[in-house]
Amino acid sequence: MSLQIEDPRIVEFDVQTDEMLVNMGPQHPSTHGVLRLLLRTDGEIVHECTPHIGYLHRCAEKIGENLSPPQYIPYTDRMDYLAAMNMNLGFALAVEKLIGMEVPEKAVHLRVLIAEIGRIASHLVGMGTYGLDLGTFSPFLYAFREREIILDLFEEVCGARLTYSYITIGGATHDLPDEIEMPDGLASLIGKHKGERLPFLDVIEIFLQWLELRIREYHTLLTRNMIFISRTAGLGILSPELAVSYGCTGPVLRGSGVDFDLRRDGEAIYTRMYKGYDFEVPVAPFKEAPREVVVGDNWCRFYVRMMEVVQAIRLVRQAIPKYKAATGSYREPFKMNTKLPKDEVYLETEAPRGQMGFYVVGNGEGNPLRLRAKSSCFCNVSVTDQICQGVPLADIPAIVGSLDIVMGEIDR
Amino acid sequence: MDIQGIHSILLERFGESVVGSQTFKAIDPWIQVSAASIVEVCTFLRDDSRFLFNHLNDLCGVDYLEPDAKKAAKFGHEPHVEVVYHLSSLKQRHQLKLKVVVPRWKHNVEGQLPVVPSLSAVFGIANWHEREAYDLMGIHFEGHPNLRRILCPEDWIGHPMRKDYAFPLEYHGVRGR
Repeated sequence: MSLQIEDPRIVEFDVQTDEMLVNMGPQHPSTHGVLRLLLRTDGEIVHECTPHIGYLHRCAEKIGENLSPPQYIPYTDRMDYLAAMNMNLGFALAVEKLIGMEVPEKAVHLRVLIAEIGRIASHLVGMGTYGLDLGTFSPFLYAFREREIILDLFEEVCGARLTYSYITIGGATHDLPDEIEMPDGLASLIGKHKGERLPFLDVIEIFLQWLELRIREYHTLLTRNMIFISRTAGLGILSPELAVSYGCTGPVLRGSGVDFDLRRDGEAIYTRMYKGYDFEVPVAPFKEAPREVVVGDNWCRFYVRMMEVVQAIRLVRQAIPKYKAATGSYREPFKMNTKLPKDEVYLETEAPRGQMGFYVVGNGEGNPLRLRAKSSCFCNVSVTDQICQGVPLADIPAIVGSLDIVMGEIDR
Repeated sequence: MDIQGIHSILLERFGESVVGSQTFKAIDPWIQVSAASIVEVCTFLRDDSRFLFNHLNDLCGVDYLEPDAKKAAKFGHEPHVEVVYHLSSLKQRHQLKLKVVVPRWKHNVEGQLPVVPSLSAVFGIANWHEREAYDLMGIHFEGHPNLRRILCPEDWIGHPMRKDYAFPLEYHGVRGR
C-alpha cells in the first residue's frame, strides 16, 4: 500500500519538536572543573545556557575574617590554583596598601619575575586545555611538559609545586636561590646531562630561550590549524559593550578589543612595580588573524593569551638584570601582631585570567573585619548565557573553554 | 576626576537627601548614597560624559556587628549593613567607591532582609554580584530578575557572611563542626 500525502508541506509543519533540558556537568570533562551548565536545547541548537556554580565553595571570605593577613596567604593559593603566585601577589599588595607598607626594590623585581613566570604557566594550561576541549590532545601534552619545568623551578624557589604561599606581605618568604641543580625535565629537553649546577637566573634564561622556540610550534599546531580556526573563528562573539557591562576582564576583555591592562592602567601601588619595564598589551583586532576571525570571538581570546606569553617572557628577561642590580632585602618584615588600621582598601591586580580584586576592611584588630575576594572568572563566566544563545550544542565547550575559567576562583 | 569633584557634581544634581557628606580622609575615599536613589545615581555616573563609569568592578555587602558583648564597646560602629559598589571607567581611567547603608534587618525585625534596589538593569554583572550578596550577606535586592542563591545550595538556611550567623550542626545527614 502506498502512502498518499495530499500536501507534503502540512506534514513538514506538523513535526513537533520538544525543547529539552540538558545538564552538562558538574562532572564533565570539558567544563574545567565542577561547573554545571543547564542547557535548554531545541534539537542541536541551544536556546539558553544557565551556569550553576558553587560546587567548590569553601567559604574563603568567611575564613578570612578569622585569620590575620599572613595566615590568609595560603587560602589565596587555593583560589586560582593555576596562578597561585599572582593570587598571593594581589592579596599581599592589598594588605600593603592598607597598612601603608613600602616594599624594597629587590622584592619588587623578584615579584615581577615570579608573577610573570606564573602567568606563563597559567596561560600554557589555558592553551593546552582549550585544545583538549576542541578534541586535540597533543597541545595539552606539550603545554604540560613546559609547565612541568616551571613547577620544577618554583619548587626550587619555595618548595611547593602548586600552592606556593611564596609572595607574602612585605615581599617574599625567601630570596631566590643562588645556584640550583638543573631540573631533570629541562636537562633532558635541551640535551644536557642531569645534575649540573647552575645559577638559578641562568636556568630561567635557558628555559625562556627554549620556550620561545616552542611558541612558534604551538602556533602551527593550534593558531593556524584549519580545524582549530573553523571551531573558533566567528564563534562566541562578545561585543565590547557587553564585555564591559558584564565586568569581563583580562584576555576576555582584550579579546573584545578593549585596550585595558591594570599593569599599565591600574593603581599606583601596582603600576609602580612595572615602572621601567617595556611591554605591550595585546588587543584584538590582530593584523595576522585569519580572514574568518571577528573581534571578540573565541580565536581572539585564545590569541591574546598566546601573545601575553610572549610579553611575559619579555618581562622576565627585563626583570633578571633589574633583580641582580637591585639593593635592599627581599622582604620587609611584617609583625604578626600588627593591627590593621580602621580603614578599608580595594585593590585589583592583573592576574592571568583577569582582574583579581581584594577588598580588606580593617577595624583596629589583627584580623580584618571583612575580606572580600572579587574573582575575575566569576564575572567572565556570567556572560556565557549571553554568548551561548543559538549556537549548536557542540560549540558550548568551545565557547566556555575560550573564557578559560578556574572553578576554584569562581566559587572561592 | 578626583572624588571632591565627583561629590560636588553629585550634590548639585541630586541634593543632600541623596548624597551624604564625606570627609575623604580614607585611603580609598567613598561617597554615601541613599538606598532609594542608587539606581538613579549609578545610571547618571555611567552615562554622563564627564564620568563614564561603565565598569562595575565589585559589589559586596559588609556586616558591621560585633557579636561578642565584651568587645562591642570598643567596636566603634553602630550595627548596620553596607553595600559597597566599586566603579571604574575604562575610558577616563578613574575609580569611585559608593556605599549604601541599610539597617541589619528591615524594620529591625530579625529575619526580614534589608532592601536595596537592584542595579542589574544598569550593569550586567550586578545580576550575579547581587545574587552573591543576597546569598552570603542576606540583602534583598528589589527588582532583581532572578534573586536566588548562587554559591550555597538552594535549601541552605541563613546567610553565612552575617557576623551573628550560627553554623549549622547538620545538613542532609552530614554532621557539621
